[in-house]
Amino acid sequence: MTDDVILQVKDLKAYFKLDEGLLKAVDGVSFDLRKGETLGIVGESGSGKSVTNLAIMRLIPSPPGHIAGGEVVFMGDDILKMSDDGIRKIRGNKISMIFQDPMTCLNPFLKISTQMIETIVLHQGLDKKAAKEKAVDMLKLAGIPAPEKRIDQYPHQFSGGMRQRVMIAMALSCEPEILIADEPTTALDVTIQAQILELINELSERLGTAVILITHSLGVVAGMCDSICVMYAGRIVERGTADEIFSDPRHPYTQGLIKSVPRLDKVSTQRLYSIPGQPPNVINLPDCCPFFPRCERAMDVCKTKYPKVAELGDKRTVACWLYGEGK
Amino acid sequence: MSRFIVRRFLSVIPTLFIIVTLSFFLIRLAPGGPFSGEKKLPPEIMANIMRKYHMDEPLVKQYFRYMGDVLQFDLGPSYRYKDQTVNDLIGNAFPVSVMLGTMALGTALLLGTIVGITSALKQNKWQDYAAMSVAVLGISVPAFVVGPILMLIFALKLKWLPTSGWLSSRAGALTLIMPIITLMMPYFAYIARMSRGSLIEVMRSDYVRTARAKGLKESVVIRKHVLKGAMLPIVTYLGPAFSGIITGSVVVEQIFVIPGIGRIFVQSALNRDYTVIMGDVIVYSIILIAANFVVDILYGLLDPRISYK
Ligand SMILES: Nc1ncnc2c1ncn2[C@@H]1O[C@H](COP(=O)(O)OP(=O)(O)OP(=O)(O)O)[C@@H](O)[C@H]1O
Ligand SMILES: [Mg+2]
Repeated sequence: MTDDVILQVKDLKAYFKLDEGLLKAVDGVSFDLRKGETLGIVGESGSGKSVTNLAIMRLIPSPPGHIAGGEVVFMGDDILKMSDDGIRKIRGNKISMIFQDPMTCLNPFLKISTQMIETIVLHQGLDKKAAKEKAVDMLKLAGIPAPEKRIDQYPHQFSGGMRQRVMIAMALSCEPEILIADEPTTALDVTIQAQILELINELSERLGTAVILITHSLGVVAGMCDSICVMYAGRIVERGTADEIFSDPRHPYTQGLIKSVPRLDKVSTQRLYSIPGQPPNVINLPDCCPFFPRCERAMDVCKTKYPKVAELGDKRTVACWLYGEGK
Repeated sequence: MSRFIVRRFLSVIPTLFIIVTLSFFLIRLAPGGPFSGEKKLPPEIMANIMRKYHMDEPLVKQYFRYMGDVLQFDLGPSYRYKDQTVNDLIGNAFPVSVMLGTMALGTALLLGTIVGITSALKQNKWQDYAAMSVAVLGISVPAFVVGPILMLIFALKLKWLPTSGWLSSRAGALTLIMPIITLMMPYFAYIARMSRGSLIEVMRSDYVRTARAKGLKESVVIRKHVLKGAMLPIVTYLGPAFSGIITGSVVVEQIFVIPGIGRIFVQSALNRDYTVIMGDVIVYSIILIAANFVVDILYGLLDPRISYK
């Protein structure tokens, strides 16, 4: 089973040195990604989802950020120890990324063709003409009508949904092993959100690409992901297959998240549940369970020590004093 | 695009008309007149002079007469330099100021962007701090301080450069150096600061992160994805900068005795040489309008999101 694993993140830490103090945006995150798997990373705003994935790509803005420890093993090599040339051969080629806001993620001054071709030429060594053909094919796959014409237009001539399709086409143009999609639908209309997720699902399956799908809503990952990591304040608090997480959530935070997903199967007159309180400020966080102030089942121990990660089974973990040895 | 140009061009006419009209009357509000400074003339000679220049007529009539001439591109005679027309005076001085201004702005642009880019790439390192300290100096020390200091050091002490003059046969192009440096200083400093800020902003932008995520080399990212967006604000600034540097050369032209329109402007203002002042105002206005016009067109060409219809 383990030789299926193409990406192994081990105890990854990414900190920001700010005037207010040390911000531990990501503090000891571990997970595996298997070939072709779709992994969801879920958590509230500020929980460190984006930083985790930027760290994997070594794209954390520095200063103020830096990677403070851990390993990111991609196909046998630790990305964090690679030379700059080494990581550049992976970016856009083996691991691609698409971002939250398609309105700002494409260069407004360059034609779509220029932006797509440069990646293909760089990584696949095609000449410009062949690269353009490939780019047109990718746009077609991504559902852009009349791609031969559209490719010579500028980003502002596309709608938000269409731009995200362009981003997806661009990200998949070198047939990467992994696609990291950082809240790819948050900035889009609800009707378009489903289409974009469907597109990511379909294309990744077709190309055999593993997907890390970042989102703050469990509803989004429900139908799409094989496994799920739930993040809170820079750490993964629960991890398991999608089935396990939805049918048997263990961490009180996960339970809260699930309760707050709107459901169509149960007609309810009640207001939608939302977890009380605010996400914690992760600057100078003391050694405690950061969720305890909002937790209905908080105990004394939660206030003094971060819980040990309890292994509940194969790839199933939870970091909560309610489980494992700390019980 | 061509319709935009025609429309903009037509809109210039009322603007100029208003400027000329206002200046015509405002200048005459100032105490004194073109002939009041000289030693007392006998009244009959004074009356003759007034008649010759139609200054005995009602002001409104003078205004229409002047406008009529201006429409035929005749800016009238100078009241002070009796044998020269304003067209001659400005025709001789204008190229000097434009040349000085263009060279100064060109140098400021070149050095400013180089320094700005270096600063941005070495953000918060010593190169950055050094460059930005120079920039603050450049902005805050005025030309009437920079000019004399340069003159003191390089002309009087070291004797490397001539103190003043303009392309005079003996010193030639050496006369250009100090005026250009003095004139360009604030513009250089401003462009350096502006390009640094704008580069840093663009380097943090989402689309540049996308470019990095594609695996492009940092040098390619900067060249292909950062520079254009970062330089656009500077293009916008060049319009006001160009007109500012031409009108602002007044001080530098005085210090280094350069026969440009700035010098003429100062002298004519002191002399109440109405027609020359008016001519200068018209020329300055046209430069200001034209420079902004050119920048608008440039911007439209550089930014695909803007289309002029
Ligand atoms: N460039 C940066 N400088 C300083 N702090 C940063 C920077 N980027 C992220 N952070 C901080 O790191 C923490 C984690 O941020 P991150 O962007 O990973 O959150 P997220 O889970 O992706 O949230 P969202 O759902 O809002 O995207 C936050 O507290 C954020 O303020
Ligand atoms: Mg994020």
